[in-house]
Amino acid sequence: MKIIVAVKQVPERDAPVRVAASRQWIEEADLQFSMNESDAYALEEALQLKEKVGGEVVVISAGPERVAITIREALAKGADRAIHVECDDIANRDALGVARLLAEAVRPENPDLVLTGLQSDDLGYGQTGVIMAELLSLPHASLILHVEKADSGITVKRELEEGWFQNIDLPTPAVLMIQSGGTKLRYATLMGIKRAKMKELRKVNAVDLGIENAPVVTLESISLPQRQVSTQILQGTAKETAATLVEKLKFEVRVL
Amino acid sequence: MSGIFVVIEERQGRIGRISWEAVAAGLVLAHQTGAKVNAIVIGAQTEQFAAEAAKRISGKVIRIEHPLLGTYTPDGYSRALEQFIRAESPQFLVFPHTYQVRDYVPALAARFGSVLIGDVVSIQDGPSFTRQLMQGRLTGSYHSSGPGPVFVSVQSGAFRAGASESLAAEVSVFDPVIDSTQIRTKPGEPFRDSAQTVDLGSAQAIVAVGRGIREAENLGLIQELATALGAEIAASRPICDNGWLPIERQVGSSGQTVAPKLYLAVGISGAIQHLVGMKGSQCIVAVNKDPDAPIFEVAHYGIVGDLFEVVPALTDALKAARQ
Repeated sequence: MKIIVAVKQVPERDAPVRVAASRQWIEEADLQFSMNESDAYALEEALQLKEKVGGEVVVISAGPERVAITIREALAKGADRAIHVECDDIANRDALGVARLLAEAVRPENPDLVLTGLQSDDLGYGQTGVIMAELLSLPHASLILHVEKADSGITVKRELEEGWFQNIDLPTPAVLMIQSGGTKLRYATLMGIKRAKMKELRKVNAVDLGIENAPVVTLESISLPQRQVSTQILQGTAKETAATLVEKLKFEVRVL
Repeated sequence: MSGIFVVIEERQGRIGRISWEAVAAGLVLAHQTGAKVNAIVIGAQTEQFAAEAAKRISGKVIRIEHPLLGTYTPDGYSRALEQFIRAESPQFLVFPHTYQVRDYVPALAARFGSVLIGDVVSIQDGPSFTRQLMQGRLTGSYHSSGPGPVFVSVQSGAFRAGASESLAAEVSVFDPVIDSTQIRTKPGEPFRDSAQTVDLGSAQAIVAVGRGIREAENLGLIQELATALGAEIAASRPICDNGWLPIERQVGSSGQTVAPKLYLAVGISGAIQHLVGMKGSQCIVAVNKDPDAPIFEVAHYGIVGDLFEVVPALTDALKAARQ
């Protein structure tokens, strides 16, 4: 089974967020980046499938030069080779624009499966995989926790709302958006990191793929969110704040 | 191109609250454009839902009906709505931001060269649409400029559903042409992994724990606090993903929705997916080391500090207060 996993490099979860002077994106200069969480689960699901049924795992990522670090991480965990879609303006492309880049880079590979994470932790559109399926004319399913090879295609476990699930049968090739938490993530081994340096990393760019940046939906400005309620921040040492909170719970909230 | 169409979603045989909230978002657009709000119901048998919707819709109600739409599939729903949109050319399509909508609307929008503006929390003049970024730590203002219809989905709880009205919208049927060979996926019946034994929905007080707890071994601290408070324990998704607490204790879009008198969030940064499950709580208290954590945007009381110091102090203070 040939499986392509699309991963995104995003700012680290606890990274300080500062609005850039343009007010259109955040200051990236002092940020640390890592692999988007649900994409890491997509990669893990792909690697486990390959271990069970054989085949190849190809990782693909779109973004500027720094993305190569995340690609190497995926290779170190066990992906066989990689495609880097070089793109310096990825944050200014809409979901359709990014999906076009990835779909065109994936198309000549003719994979059996394309996996992506459900949603990115930065822009959070949660659409890339679904649109890729549309552009590639493939069936898809999202919020997938587990993938199983079946006689004629695959069976996937899909998360529904409020603790419900369902199984879905799909023919292959297909596109799946993977939800976090379906399995345990592996770490890269020292041997894996060493091997990753020798693995193929092919580069393509938007011009090669013939795709212009022509967004229909634009992010015009960003800002820090407005507080929905006025939060009383309790001041003092741990002991003092604890005592103040107990007073509030007793006399104002009346839950004690 | 004209008209605002809200696509209503059925939940367990009823029209869910989030669909009425989508209607409320449609009304915001109606106010700006002067157009009326219409509704679409989709299914194999939609008469009853259409009648329910017609009472609260000032425009028209469209029943998109076909035997192959009885069970949701992305292929069936996309194909049916695509045909309706080509016939009617609406200006705006508004959806509730549900798992189902996330599964097919991005593909549907792409067929028109449009892009869904998803998980919208407010609509300003223009219209411009506000949604959250960076797990709720930023908000972004979006504008759609494409030639196709504008697709918008709205976050649960972001718009206030109107009260039940006694309108009587005109109801009509749209018959899409769908062939069973066009539906490529075969969905199974919904199931639950384990019987639900904890009903967080009826708890008066909840202590919820998130990533900040770092290790499963530290959960004892939270248990002691919950006991001192007489509260149920809940968690954000990563804690349940790690298997540290059972999934039935998960609060958020993929877990339970709760609204207790007191919700004490410990080491939870407050990603949107968590907030939608608890922001209706009467009193929210947050303990977090990051003063910019989004949880503080919904908290009534906040303690910025190390939970490993604050939680034991709080447990002690509660024990003392109860004596």
